[in-house]
Amino acid sequence: MTDLKATASQIRRDIVRMVHAVQSGHPGGSLGCADFFTALYFSVMEHNPDFHMDGRNEDIFFLSNGHISPVFYSALARSGYFPIQELSTFRKLNSRLQGHPTTHEHLPGIRVASGSLGQGMSVAIGAALAKKMNKDSHLVFSLHGDGELDEGQNWEAIMSAPNLGADNLISTIDWNGQQIDGPTAKVMNLGNLRQKFEIFGWETLEMNGNDMDDVITKLGQAKALTGKGKPVAILMHTVMGKGVDFMEGHHEWHGIAPSDAQLKAALNQLPETLGDY
Amino acid sequence: MLKDIVVLNEKETRGGFGEGILEAGRKNPNVVALTADLLGSMKLQAFIKEFPERFVQVGIAEANMIGIAAGLTIGGKIPYTTTFANFSTGRVYDQIRQSVAYSGKNVKICASHAGLTLGEDGATHQILEDIGLMKMLPGMTVIVPCDFNQTKAATIAISEYEGPVYLRFGRPKWPNFTPENQPFEIGKAQFLSEGKDISIFACGHMVWKAIEAGRILEEKGVSVEVVNIHTIKPLDVEGILKSIQKTGCAVTAEEHNIIGGLGDSVAQVAARHFPIPIEYVGTNDTFGESGKPEDLLVKYGLDTPNILAAAEKALIRKKH
Repeated sequence: MTDLKATASQIRRDIVRMVHAVQSGHPGGSLGCADFFTALYFSVMEHNPDFHMDGRNEDIFFLSNGHISPVFYSALARSGYFPIQELSTFRKLNSRLQGHPTTHEHLPGIRVASGSLGQGMSVAIGAALAKKMNKDSHLVFSLHGDGELDEGQNWEAIMSAPNLGADNLISTIDWNGQQIDGPTAKVMNLGNLRQKFEIFGWETLEMNGNDMDDVITKLGQAKALTGKGKPVAILMHTVMGKGVDFMEGHHEWHGIAPSDAQLKAALNQLPETLGDY
Repeated sequence: MLKDIVVLNEKETRGGFGEGILEAGRKNPNVVALTADLLGSMKLQAFIKEFPERFVQVGIAEANMIGIAAGLTIGGKIPYTTTFANFSTGRVYDQIRQSVAYSGKNVKICASHAGLTLGEDGATHQILEDIGLMKMLPGMTVIVPCDFNQTKAATIAISEYEGPVYLRFGRPKWPNFTPENQPFEIGKAQFLSEGKDISIFACGHMVWKAIEAGRILEEKGVSVEVVNIHTIKPLDVEGILKSIQKTGCAVTAEEHNIIGGLGDSVAQVAARHFPIPIEYVGTNDTFGESGKPEDLLVKYGLDTPNILAAAEKALIRKKH
């Protein structure tokens, strides 16, 4: 667990440094999901950093809210998918690390482009159905923003997953309660999200996405619930900007970059490191 | 000569799709069919009967269908999504753009009821912009076969091609004149006659209309080259150039808006390599309406006499 927490701290350092370097990108949601990505890529998923697009006989992950690419890229690099130094190319010309994740530049670890919101759950369902057709018992994980659930395609997907028997799918919602224009409760209230998933036929769990122990426990519970006829949803409570006090809980940090002074202050709050890129 | 072309029967091109996907499914165990509540219209019954475990019913949720198809490719499947052309393209443009085209996924987007010949359902369903929408997507292959037999052949051929494909066909019974079990080469124009005076480039249902117009021209002593451009993209630039360098003028005919369709593609080849007079037959920046297919083609200027008139105009322009 100590290692996981150190890794999460390093991923947070990578996020703020990447976004600061190009003065663009999305630090808020990335920081909030750092613990989740750490748990997935360093503990929960059986996966192969020697990347194969078809993901046969391994667990695979889809990021639907592609704007939190910094946390995805850092987790992939730190778990061995591509050189850590490549994080320095984020959002620069000729980089494989595009602003939003893509397969187009052949970055290992990415299986579909995302960025235009609301599409990832459908893709994850398709990949889950393919695993079933291939008699591959491994799992499909996906992550979605809470604001992203405003997109109607999600609800097509949420309704279809139980109907299509995608009980090898674990979809997590990053429920930080913030979106670009303000709190989700004001922009488009999600209401009783747990009840919504349950009534659509999903096994539904809640977890504290910024408590590593809880993340590991609940992801384990979610895995145990697969294969029983229902897809599994995890409503993950996180704090946008977690780990950097002046970013925490502020929707303004959805998509802006820290200044030089703010970067210094942020890194001082994240002392645990495995070595910066 | 065009008069030697024999109509074997009249069949729906979508029926050719139904037979084609069954055969593709027999040849390749990775072929999977998806539909958005239109399995009957899309002629999927035989496929579903033989391969029930390789069929995904998504309900009336086309965006979800495109995404699921993209996901299926990751596990090595070859998904064919099926619904009407309007719901296959315009309704799900961004899903196709991001999850399929930009992601380079091997999804076959199969679309029936394209164009005016959908008939009585009217303009909400008669998409006339889909060829343009799809051909603009980087990496997308766009195929518009002309009859039942060719649609069947194309449906099988796309299973053997790696990459996203838009396959467009239609609803009504239509003359079926190309050979049964023909080879289908993606991107290769089909020369239905050899001529030296004028080229007529057509796709889909309009190929038969082009043959009818060409026969009348032949009777008048005009030497007509009718070319079936069943693949709008990648376009057979070499084939088109070879024809227009010989004939020096052309007509294009399509069941689609002349803005953004086959005609634009042909004109771009001419403009860049060998400028010639070209006349367009297609809808002109308009929506359709309810009516019988044949009546609609007449009203919107997509009938045999329109091709004939366009050809005469192109021939006159060539002389000046």
